Amino acid sequence: MGHLETTPVLDSEQDKTMILNMGPQHPSTHGVLRLVLEIDGEEIIRLIPDIGFLHTGIEKTCEAKFYQQVVPLTDRIDYLCPMINNLCYVLAAEKLLGLEIPPRAQWIRVMLSELQRISSHLVWLGTHALDLGAMSVFLYCFREREDLLRIYEMVSGQRMMTSYFRIGGLALDPPLGFFDSVKNFLDMFSERVDEYEDLLTGNRIFIDRLKGVAHLSAEDALAMGVTGPALRASGVDWDLRRDMPYSGYENFKFKVPVSQDGDVWARYVCRIEELRQSREIAKQALEGLPEGPTKAEAPKVVLPDREKMKTQMEALIYHFKIVTEGFTVPAGEVYQAIESPRGEMGYYIVSDGTAKPMRVHMRSPSYANLQALSKMCEGRLIADVVAAIGSIDIVLGEIDR
Amino acid sequence: MALEPAVTDLERLKDHPAVAALLAWNAGAVQGGKFDRNELSIFIAREFILGACEKLKAQGLVNFLSDLTCADYYPRAPRFELAYHLLSHQRKERIRLKIALEGDDAAVESITSVWPSANFFERELFDLFGIHFLGHPNLKRIMMPEDWEGHPLRKDYPVEGYR
Repeated sequence: MGHLETTPVLDSEQDKTMILNMGPQHPSTHGVLRLVLEIDGEEIIRLIPDIGFLHTGIEKTCEAKFYQQVVPLTDRIDYLCPMINNLCYVLAAEKLLGLEIPPRAQWIRVMLSELQRISSHLVWLGTHALDLGAMSVFLYCFREREDLLRIYEMVSGQRMMTSYFRIGGLALDPPLGFFDSVKNFLDMFSERVDEYEDLLTGNRIFIDRLKGVAHLSAEDALAMGVTGPALRASGVDWDLRRDMPYSGYENFKFKVPVSQDGDVWARYVCRIEELRQSREIAKQALEGLPEGPTKAEAPKVVLPDREKMKTQMEALIYHFKIVTEGFTVPAGEVYQAIESPRGEMGYYIVSDGTAKPMRVHMRSPSYANLQALSKMCEGRLIADVVAAIGSIDIVLGEIDR
Repeated sequence: MALEPAVTDLERLKDHPAVAALLAWNAGAVQGGKFDRNELSIFIAREFILGACEKLKAQGLVNFLSDLTCADYYPRAPRFELAYHLLSHQRKERIRLKIALEGDDAAVESITSVWPSANFFERELFDLFGIHFLGHPNLKRIMMPEDWEGHPLRKDYPVEGYR
């Protein structure tokens, strides 16, 4: 008989912590986000995001499509606000082409973008509250979102993947009854926001889960590339709609909510106020809507009206050429950024002078914002991770692309 | 709005504060400039990119890294062009720094020490273009699986993938 095997001993330093997988199937990760948590009891030592589960190679696909065929792909990046993605792409393409867009098209674009911001924030509010145990807000938010989806369906024929903004203007002038629907929605919406606030803003449990949680200072937010409401909640007064206006935003009056607290509560307050401000902008766009065409004067780029196509030889030829061989875009590169509900959405397009883009890169706000998650959560409890993820409002579609 | 021809003459661009600051810092680092479609691009020699970012940030000309990406001009040489989109919140202005990289020597210093947010952007370029960032804290694939072969966004990688 040899020596008895010594019983293995737990190495006290190494075995103090535990690795915990959160996701990719966890409901409160809002998609397929996997977080690797190193925890000591309930406390988080390290948090490492693992992404790429939804990677579909959209940027590569864009290189094989004509410029106008890229528009439907952009819907699928951030599926909570497809029109804002359309807008960013078409603005970049128009900048490459040097196209001037008629005011009516610009105003309708602004109006629909703000409605999209509202519907995106509604999904955020509903799911964020649901994650923290407030069930009914979710139902209320989705009730209003349903109204908005009907408005998008009216205007584009699709509830979600709208592809309504095209290079050079809009797909069509909005149909009869569209502006009435928007007006009805905007008239009713203010009270609805009050309703959400009644349920949450004074709610002791909700406040306790949010106040002082996942703090992020302004310096850290800027260093980590955070943009959008999360940046403004950390005290940086920056909104691309106001500070670097695009698509006629300089014509609208609105406030940019800023908070100095930098916690989850501040992000909640900023987004709720954005709901009200977006309503204001959409209302101004509706009331001051100019008359005129909704497409640019550029027969080689913009598809002709159906009526013209049937009566005019030229129009038919242009239609045939655009559909079969696309249109060429002068060589060059542009970076166009807009304020999406999550932050700075940017499109970088390189053209080599052919009908297909040489490179399309999407700078998605969630991708950069996600980097700040580790900073927010380290040293806090597991339950706070759920609140923190909700507060940066990530969409995995645009993170993985 | 017709397109205006791009200004590529460095002499005409040197009044811009960012160009002036970089020329004053190291005239050899600035290889050229371009003002096209209202966007300013400055071409920097590869070995000076980290210094140029530090300089622009220290002088307060930019404070935020918006985006970092790359385009593959295969089969042209140099093959890759990296674009650093920098933003100044105070001046409400964007500047694009560009560097060119050869296909067989696609490596450059990481700028994560200046802007930690470059971390994910550089990992993405490493994954999809195969560009190495020296001094990056965690240069691993981010989109594709760890054992993936090839770099999908390179132009010589087929759109349908290898079968």
